[in-house]
Amino acid sequence: MKALEVHNLRKEFVRREGRSRRRVAALGGVSFDVERGECVAVLGPNGSGKSTLVRLLSTLLLPDGGSASVFGHDAEKDTRTVRRLVNRVSVEASFFKKMSAVENLSYAARFYGLRPAQTRERIPEILTRVGFPGDRRAEPMENLSRGMQQKVALARALLTAPILLLLDEPTTGLDPRSKQEVQEFIREVRAEHDATVLLCTHDLAEAEGLADRVGILDGGALLCLEPVHELKARYNAETLEEAFFAASGHTFENGEGGDHS
Amino acid sequence: MRTMSLGLRHELVGLSGVIERNVYLVKRYIWWDIAFFLWTVANTLTIVFIAKGIPAVGGTIDVDRVTTILLVGAVIWAYLGIIFEILTETVAWERWEGTIEYTFMAPLSRPVHLLGMGVFAVGYGVVRAVLLFGVVAAFFSLHLPDANYAAALVLLIVASISFIGIGMMTAVLPLISPEKGTQLGFVAQGLLLVVSGVYYPVSVLPDWMQALAKISPATYALRGCRAAILEGAGLTSLWSDIWPLLVIGVVSIPLGLWVFRTGERYAKRHGKLKRSG
Repeated sequence: MKALEVHNLRKEFVRREGRSRRRVAALGGVSFDVERGECVAVLGPNGSGKSTLVRLLSTLLLPDGGSASVFGHDAEKDTRTVRRLVNRVSVEASFFKKMSAVENLSYAARFYGLRPAQTRERIPEILTRVGFPGDRRAEPMENLSRGMQQKVALARALLTAPILLLLDEPTTGLDPRSKQEVQEFIREVRAEHDATVLLCTHDLAEAEGLADRVGILDGGALLCLEPVHELKARYNAETLEEAFFAASGHTFENGEGGDHS
Repeated sequence: MRTMSLGLRHELVGLSGVIERNVYLVKRYIWWDIAFFLWTVANTLTIVFIAKGIPAVGGTIDVDRVTTILLVGAVIWAYLGIIFEILTETVAWERWEGTIEYTFMAPLSRPVHLLGMGVFAVGYGVVRAVLLFGVVAAFFSLHLPDANYAAALVLLIVASISFIGIGMMTAVLPLISPEKGTQLGFVAQGLLLVVSGVYYPVSVLPDWMQALAKISPATYALRGCRAAILEGAGLTSLWSDIWPLLVIGVVSIPLGLWVFRTGERYAKRHGKLKRSG
């Protein structure tokens, strides 16, 4: 069974322009599969549809067409099961800012059925594993750096032992050291937890370094999805950036667009 | 059978998580809560002083009785405000912090999620209402020898079933309008109380408002609590107020869930869960 099967998935949003409204395709019929244990990176500039794809797979958006299934469970119809299998780390490490890391993780774990007896030891353990300092566990999140907050976001996702991890620009805005730590941790999770990872990023090096296959998403269309060396060979490119240019017809920066990325 | 009991346990743990989160938030914002409590006390005093003011301008009333009538009205107003505020925060606060997407993608059923918010709101609201009643009653040296506080409390809790149902409907408003949705919750609270005889008998209202009073749970909560505190009415004699509350509760909870689900689907269809401000 495939970890992820996406077939002709479509999502449109209504954009207001003055008094008129226009439907804009954020995702225009995307299809791909991900094998169990695989790490697939979806590369695309802002506005290309990466976050829309992650939100559709996380059951946070309803599609306008097509289907997505997680380990055989339809993401639109069998949401409860899909939610048990999936967790997500996004670019914004969203937390109740006055609450501490431990408090934020504790209540979130309950939503996945983890009892206090299970989280009492597991939360400190997992925070230690992501490199979060022990003496700052009780501090309000608002006192922590972006890098620290992102580590707690990773801990929150892993605490529920997801078998499909959706990473939506998890290292955007982090300093080089934090970025490296987060990437190292993603490798560790794959190696130790048999997790399947869908990584949406606009960091070319990150995609190349972490993924088994890289897809190029541009203007809501998935232009290709292959191992990096095949991608480079297909477009006769030396770098992933060149391959992106050849596939999309524009540079990475010029591709930035829509509101609903 | 085993799957069912596992599922139930899972939901109960989830429900405890909703309560746990709100307890943390109260702990972290305790000074704000104390400040708001002081505001509520001041607000209640301004209303209850009206009873003292009437004789001062030549009116003739039983000051203690009117003081108690006004106090019960003000306490239920404050209680309803807490219930609606906490339930509306289900969406509003979470949307502000950006956590709503994580809550909505968790395998927690929406009824259990909202029920958890409701259970916490009732517990927290009851504590605040009892404190408010105690402080203001002490301020006016109210002597209530006949009061049946237990019956009043039971009535308030029964009324809370309906309040939670209506709160679920207002909770969805911030999904439709993130900027003004929360305020619309206060509008619903005001409309509910104005037809329910919050500081006056329902009989003084125009006929069409009296008709609305019949379907408002606050009408029965106010009448029953006043009867329990002023006359010491027990649960048996309060049955005429309890059964309508149960009927309204049985209707309002499924209706509230349906409205919330409809709003959630709308938000998921139009991408409104995403934080944008």
